Amino acid sequence: MRSWVTLLCALIVVVTVPGLAGHASAQASDLRFPQKVEAGTAFSVSTTGSGSATLYIIGPGDTIRRVVHLGESISFGPDDLHNAGHYVAFLVSGSSTQNAQFEVTASHQAATLSFLAKPSRLPVNLPNGVSGVAYVFDIFRNLILQPQQISFELSDSSGRAQIRSATSRDGVAWVKMNSAAKAGPAQFQAEVASVRNKRVIQQVPGDPCSIRMTAHGLGQKDKARVALETEPVRDCNGNPVPDGTIVTFTETYQGGQSMVDVPLKRGVAKTELPSHNGAVISVASGVVMGNEIRWSGGL
Amino acid sequence: MTPTSVARKTLLAAVPLLAALFLSAAGQPTVHVAPMDSVGPRPVEQQTRSSIVRDYLQAWQSMGTALGENRPDLLDASFVGLAKDKLADTIREQRSLGIASSYRDQSHDLQVVFYSPEGLSIQLLDTVEYDVEVRDHGKTVGTQHVRTRYVAVLTPTESRWKVRVFQSGS
Repeated sequence: MRSWVTLLCALIVVVTVPGLAGHASAQASDLRFPQKVEAGTAFSVSTTGSGSATLYIIGPGDTIRRVVHLGESISFGPDDLHNAGHYVAFLVSGSSTQNAQFEVTASHQAATLSFLAKPSRLPVNLPNGVSGVAYVFDIFRNLILQPQQISFELSDSSGRAQIRSATSRDGVAWVKMNSAAKAGPAQFQAEVASVRNKRVIQQVPGDPCSIRMTAHGLGQKDKARVALETEPVRDCNGNPVPDGTIVTFTETYQGGQSMVDVPLKRGVAKTELPSHNGAVISVASGVVMGNEIRWSGGL
Repeated sequence: MTPTSVARKTLLAAVPLLAALFLSAAGQPTVHVAPMDSVGPRPVEQQTRSSIVRDYLQAWQSMGTALGENRPDLLDASFVGLAKDKLADTIREQRSLGIASSYRDQSHDLQVVFYSPEGLSIQLLDTVEYDVEVRDHGKTVGTQHVRTRYVAVLTPTESRWKVRVFQSGS
């Protein structure tokens, strides 16, 4: 009875550990590859026996078939295996096959950076508004999994820069940075071991900080209208708000209201409204309210 | 020879066969996915969690079929960019040599380790077990069982996540 239980346990182990049989055969191999080989390096593997055999090396990155002489070393040049990954090897001689497995690892020398910077356009002075993600590759386009120190630099149009560094983990590093106070194109650069990749981020002014307008009559020219004009509209960092931003003038008078939307032109908004004595005129852009004027020069 | 010993020998002989039958009947690989609650810097939404696992496992199926049939076009559904280029190169090498390799994944232990702030890339580690069978002009060269770790970077496309970086090794 006990032997049946033992047998059943053995069956369960074999069934639930599918790699068991495979590992056993791999361990029985006489073919001795180095456990790890750096991509693009030469190495050799010794063989035993005599006669010729066919060597197969198979992986998702490279495939090699080569006729070799048993008893001699098999040499691999720098160009033979350059894609990082796990490889299986078979040395077939007649009815006998020797197996091996080994890894090709990425070179430690960074050669390219895949750099994603987002967004490409954002308001000034936004905390953690810019994100940068960098993947580090070697010359063979293998992801370098060993930690690498990556420097990120975001410099605005006046040359002021924020610098952060991050250590890559499993080939990737990332940062978040604040957008600058000054509007204009900013250079966002990632650098590792003198390999650089640059992106341009457009930093645009934020919403108007405050709006101030003046009103004056048109005199003899047109006594029935009042001229309204804002001062140059700026965001809270002093950047001119872009032309085209809509400014709304509203005039409220006894028995009525007049409203006009005007785009900023050269930083200011201008318009004319009917002149009503005692009217209240206000100005706004988006959610930002400007000053109010009580007009007493009308008809 | 007693009936017990005969039965024992019969069962011993049947163990590999039973194991093979069991595995082939199962068909699909076993999959374990580590919790994604602490993945950063961007939180992984529930829908993304399921689609990333589904699309990554589908990529393994696509790769297995593409390498087994030496058809690079089968990579299109699941791979893009660097990963697709490298696998397509391998298929061209295999085809020119008359070699085909079949990858049968048996288990995946998945851990999402990075989801980029803007949501444009997600990285996962996969401790995977698979069998790779190699055929030369239709004749089987051998089969080996592999246990290794894959690093994959997936990016969103119109309809699904596709594998952009696919690399094994530690």
